[in-house]
Amino acid sequence: MTARFAVGDRVRIADRNPPQHNRTPAYVKGRSGVVERLCRPEGQPELMAYGGDGEPFQMVYRVRLEQRALWPGYAEGPDDVLEIEIFEHWLEPA
Amino acid sequence: MSHSHDPAEREAHLARHRHPPQPDDPEPRSPHEFLGVALRELLIEKGIYTAEQERARIELLQAATPANGARIVARAWVDPDYRARLLSGPNAAIEALGLDCVHPMIVVENSARQHNVIVCTLCSCYPRMLLGPQPAWYKSSNYRKRVVREPRKVLAEFGTVVPNEVEIRVHDSTAEMRYMVLPRRPEGTEGWDEARLAELVTRDSLVGVSHPRQP
Repeated sequence: MTARFAVGDRVRIADRNPPQHNRTPAYVKGRSGVVERLCRPEGQPELMAYGGDGEPFQMVYRVRLEQRALWPGYAEGPDDVLEIEIFEHWLEPA
Repeated sequence: MSHSHDPAEREAHLARHRHPPQPDDPEPRSPHEFLGVALRELLIEKGIYTAEQERARIELLQAATPANGARIVARAWVDPDYRARLLSGPNAAIEALGLDCVHPMIVVENSARQHNVIVCTLCSCYPRMLLGPQPAWYKSSNYRKRVVREPRKVLAEFGTVVPNEVEIRVHDSTAEMRYMVLPRRPEGTEGWDEARLAELVTRDSLVGVSHPRQP
């Protein structure tokens, strides 16, 4: 499969709230960060949670977010970051 | 009198349906626990897996302890080549010690400039084959909610004060990857062998909420 994003790309995590199970936590929806690495393709949790095969598989990325951008008023270290696994169908170019 | 009121008949009926639970299984109490038991029994009755396979799986998971993770860390501390392999290709490096990760692994290294801490905000994903069962605090909503937004405060509650000039990296384990921290080797351990070093590596230091024991 061809990965849509590469390490270092700026990406935005989609701000969607589908009614079914998904593995994108609310606190990162709509936030932008940088691709830290490509993990591997995985089945879509939105489909697998209901007995589906998860196809088409999606590349899973680790996205690095700056804590200061993530939490308004973040008062801890200025360089602190959070890294999180996000499926490709939840990412758009930023 | 209907047969369902005959104790012997009823016991025989139950015995046909009951699969031997683990001897230390608590009795189900809540509706969700009953649902869990019912689901498990259906999976076995339908032949998705056998009771024996379930038992073997539980034993495998319960046999795993943080000593596995400690062995990996001790090897990385004494062998720079192994450390490099552990960081670049964790699964192969861990399997080389005869351990089975089950999941794809990421190992993150603490340094003088960087401190890593692991969480699963959505549930409680954890490298159980390397660290054993999750501690209760790892599964608590308190830890999961707070460590992503005030990591230094949460770490301080574990007795771990991270200086401001050290960058904190929180890793939220939301998909298939499982994470383990490679802590810093304590000073004053020059010349120690792996077995002795492994004694310093605690479960919590492998999750990143604390440092290894000091010699």
